[in-house]
Amino acid sequence: MIETHNLRKTFKSRRGPVDAVAGVDLDVKKGEIFGFLGPNGAGKTTTLRMLSTLLPPTSGEATVAGFDLRREPAKVRYVIGYVSQEGSSAPEIPGRTELVIQGRLYGMTKERAIARAAELIESLELADCADRPTKTYSGGQKRRLDIGIGLMHLPQLLFLDEPTTGLDPQSRARMWDEVRRLRDTGTTVFLTTHYLEEADALSDRIAIIDHGKIVALGTPDALKRQVAGDVVVVGTDQASDRVLELLRDQPFVREATTAGDVVRLYVDRGETAMPQIIRVLDSAGIPLASLSLNRPSLDDVFLRQTGRSLREAA
Amino acid sequence: MKMLKDTWLMFQRYLLVFLRNPAWVAIGVIQPLLYLVLFAPLLKSLVQVPGFPAGGAYNVFVPGLLIQLGLFGASGVGFGLIAELRAGVIERFRVTPVSRFALLLGRALRDILTLVVQSLILLLLAIPFGLKPTVVGVIVMLGLVALIGLGMSSLAYAAALALKSEDSYAPLIFTLSLPLLLLSGVLLPLDLAPGWLQDIAKANPLSYAVNAARDLFNGKGFDQAVFEGLAIMAALAVVGVLIGARRFTRAIA
Repeated sequence: MIETHNLRKTFKSRRGPVDAVAGVDLDVKKGEIFGFLGPNGAGKTTTLRMLSTLLPPTSGEATVAGFDLRREPAKVRYVIGYVSQEGSSAPEIPGRTELVIQGRLYGMTKERAIARAAELIESLELADCADRPTKTYSGGQKRRLDIGIGLMHLPQLLFLDEPTTGLDPQSRARMWDEVRRLRDTGTTVFLTTHYLEEADALSDRIAIIDHGKIVALGTPDALKRQVAGDVVVVGTDQASDRVLELLRDQPFVREATTAGDVVRLYVDRGETAMPQIIRVLDSAGIPLASLSLNRPSLDDVFLRQTGRSLREAA
Repeated sequence: MKMLKDTWLMFQRYLLVFLRNPAWVAIGVIQPLLYLVLFAPLLKSLVQVPGFPAGGAYNVFVPGLLIQLGLFGASGVGFGLIAELRAGVIERFRVTPVSRFALLLGRALRDILTLVVQSLILLLLAIPFGLKPTVVGVIVMLGLVALIGLGMSSLAYAAALALKSEDSYAPLIFTLSLPLLLLSGVLLPLDLAPGWLQDIAKANPLSYAVNAARDLFNGKGFDQAVFEGLAIMAALAVVGVLIGARRFTRAIA
């Protein structure tokens, strides 16, 4: 659905050229939710704006929905939808009117646009507010209307720029459901986010971007596994040094550290490692105080690739 | 064809936005009315001054007032565009296949319509004061106002797109529109001005529009000044639209 090769955007600034996007290679497959994760200022929105024809790339190649981005932007526009973080509607106009106008800009007849708007109002649960000016909308309603505007012409590919920034947890959960429903109806979704949980929960695959470069790409699980597998934390009442010594050289342990009376073991698969840990400690006669399995988060992935925590960077 | 259809859609949308802002509609009518009631009476005593054009105070002042309406009305339209840039609306349209030219033209047509309606209201209100319009005079006058509206609002949109913030747009238009107004002879006829001031005013396209507008109401009819005014305003409109359209087609980063 999207293929880019060495896509690049350089902005001129007073202190010389700045590479906002410094050579990005992406391959987004049809029908997936592709998450684009990175701290603010990493180049997420710039990439998104290039892919949605808003910003001409400085160099590099990109194909979007089968059309060359640089040579055929007009064709790309017919098959993509774009929902920006800023919103998209005039405060004075009812949402329904905005939807109908949007459809007609894509060449729909008035009747078709009205029918499609009604469909979206129903599925996005905007019936209560569709005929009121958008300035009366709640944050969640406004965001759902933005999505509706982006979906009016049934795009094959929808770009969502930070779809849940500023939403309360309830609206966010609802937005996630909405995005999954889109994927289930065959729409490819490309979304940017700086929320780890969002990228993790929503995306089929993720690209992590930092300083304009992709630093990791894959399914959330594969990315996390690639870092350190799982983390098993062993708590003992006595001699954590002894525990460390016993477990450090086990074949399933990649790395082990100790801090206070707990030992952290980095293993490939926690669920197979845990029984083995118990067996080793049991046969050595060491009583266990606690044992917990922690999955590494995407933050561990980011940390490993960039040396910084995404929570701090974002 | 798509361009015309898109222009029509955009025109409808922006007309709706305008009508949903009742304050703007009211201000648009009240402002010229204030000039009519609170300023024009001052001119009555000046009619006897040598050099004051013939036709009476209102037939001299009201046509100029319409030109001023065009200048001020159109130069303020950029504020709406900046608000839309910030609200993401312009970006939303730029992702669609909408004709880029229509993004400008649809708005500008809305501006023209509001100006023409405001002008008509002002003309009607001025009749009891002593304005003596002719049908042809009014029609040509409205054409003149429409051309100013098209040219000035296109330029205003270009400036708004370039500056992207009210903080730089507001000083720019206030700085530019005041000398344009003073050097157009709207408030007092330039016939009263010293020679050097008249010479500077010749560089102001709006002064030709004001001359043309006055001749349309003082019974001189279609003289050279009217044709000059129309031609110069048409040129302004073409230049304005070209500059505005160029801005709209270029990337708004």
